[in-house]
Amino acid sequence: MNIASTPVPATGNATPAVAGAGLAEKVSIRNLEFFYGDNRALKGITLPLYTNKTTAFIGPSGCGKSTLLRVLNRMYDLYPGQRATGQVLFDGENLLESGVDINLLRARIGMVFQKPTPFPMSIYENIAFGIRLYDKLPRAEVDARVESALRRAALWDEVKDKLSSSGLGLSGGQQQRLCIARTVAVKPEVILFDEPCSALDPISTAKIEELIDELQEDYTIVIVTHNMQQAARVSDFTAFMYLGDLVEFDVTEKIFTNPGDKRTQAYITGRFG
Amino acid sequence: MAGLRNNALYVRRRTRNTVARGLALAATGFGLGWLVVILGVLIYQGIGGLSLSVFVENTPPPGSAGGLLNAIVGSIIMTILAVFIGTPIGILAGTYLAEYGRHDKLSSIVRFINDVLLSAPSIVIGLFVYEILVAPMGHFSGYAGAVALAVIVIPVVVRTTEDMLRLVPDTLREAAASIGLPRAHMIVRVAYRAARAGIVTGVLLAIARISGETAPLLFTALNNQFFSANLNAPMPSLPVVIFQFALSPYEEWQKLAWTGALLITVTVLGLSILARSLTARRS
Repeated sequence: MNIASTPVPATGNATPAVAGAGLAEKVSIRNLEFFYGDNRALKGITLPLYTNKTTAFIGPSGCGKSTLLRVLNRMYDLYPGQRATGQVLFDGENLLESGVDINLLRARIGMVFQKPTPFPMSIYENIAFGIRLYDKLPRAEVDARVESALRRAALWDEVKDKLSSSGLGLSGGQQQRLCIARTVAVKPEVILFDEPCSALDPISTAKIEELIDELQEDYTIVIVTHNMQQAARVSDFTAFMYLGDLVEFDVTEKIFTNPGDKRTQAYITGRFG
Repeated sequence: MAGLRNNALYVRRRTRNTVARGLALAATGFGLGWLVVILGVLIYQGIGGLSLSVFVENTPPPGSAGGLLNAIVGSIIMTILAVFIGTPIGILAGTYLAEYGRHDKLSSIVRFINDVLLSAPSIVIGLFVYEILVAPMGHFSGYAGAVALAVIVIPVVVRTTEDMLRLVPDTLREAAASIGLPRAHMIVRVAYRAARAGIVTGVLLAIARISGETAPLLFTALNNQFFSANLNAPMPSLPVVIFQFALSPYEEWQKLAWTGALLITVTVLGLSILARSLTARRS
């Protein structure tokens, strides 16, 4: 867990008195309820996700943080019996409504998963695949976009000489950065990270965190994590969830130094969870 | 360290283990032994007749020398046609079971019926195709033979396609969805790709399975003493020729039957090895 050797310049300097009031909201979650069959997993969540800020969802296992993340790109749509009510406004448009084109939505709200999931194809194709899905470009431009995505994911120098070899041959940390590059290549506005480092060693973790820190200049980022130091290091805002409720949402620094709720206090000091 | 030897409880366990291992080995040896005997007899009887004439001459009339050319060609034509008919149907049905219909009630029914078809006696399939094709057409034909073989191919391919697609982790499907890939693209460009070796293996195993089938062909393609590439007429095939020649009293025919059996066995063996190596490379 200790990766103090690579200090990550953590949160933004702006620390508004009220949790982010006045900032532009990229996504506004309003009174969101979520059901797995009859099981109510999210209980009236209301939460802003600010433009080009990083928001961390923390909480003990089963608190609903991953569920909440998977609502944001409607990943739950793949499975029957799962449904959400309420509103999730993405640039003012409720993405839960039935007319929404889910694939278009997912192109604008990308996701990086817990386990690295490279496609069974070459490193180059892993990236070019998503690009070609949206733009019919000449080969040279695809090459350029692939390179810039790999650079963005700090992977270019490691793979530039073996772009045609399989993405599955990379190490776990490299695979995860390949997945980040793949996500970035589609040019999303929001990137969702679902415990992106939980399968990685400390050095790879540090690289991914560094990357998230760089990405937040251009993207609105949401990260679910079990690792509280990680939440403290990479996020501007933190939401603490417990048993399907949003207990507390505030500036990360405040959550970790002076939480307003006893349960938050207990969780961040390691007394439960 | 006196305590580490000859403890009664552990002696008993060791003995039991030795006995169990001995029985398992004996059973394996018994099963494999017969296989070795079968292969040995087959090679011993068949290899003598193996010569160029087997591949360039047609089946002879009784009492004279000849080859198996018409039977080999007939088998190849009907097998290829059967695979062309059966594989797309099998892959699409397997795709429905593993991808689109995963949560449907219908898919468990389809799966059950497919399993029944998978183990259906092939003679029943032969009779079925006789009823729906041979009887209405009024004569035996290569088409009917190929359709009967296709009916055998379909359940094998359905099963392997579904199994192989189910081995593709859901996280990969989610990853594909997360970049906005529509379902059909995900299946064709990601899931098939991940399962490709397994699906090809299924098709190869299906070919191996049908290349020795005799019963369904007896009722459909029947046989032909002459070379014929006409699918609308009775068509010879290796298994049926073996069946006919092995039962005959003529020594030349019996010899050709052994050789034909050897050819089929070697082909099936080759296909199985190819299928195995494909699966091995995957993992």
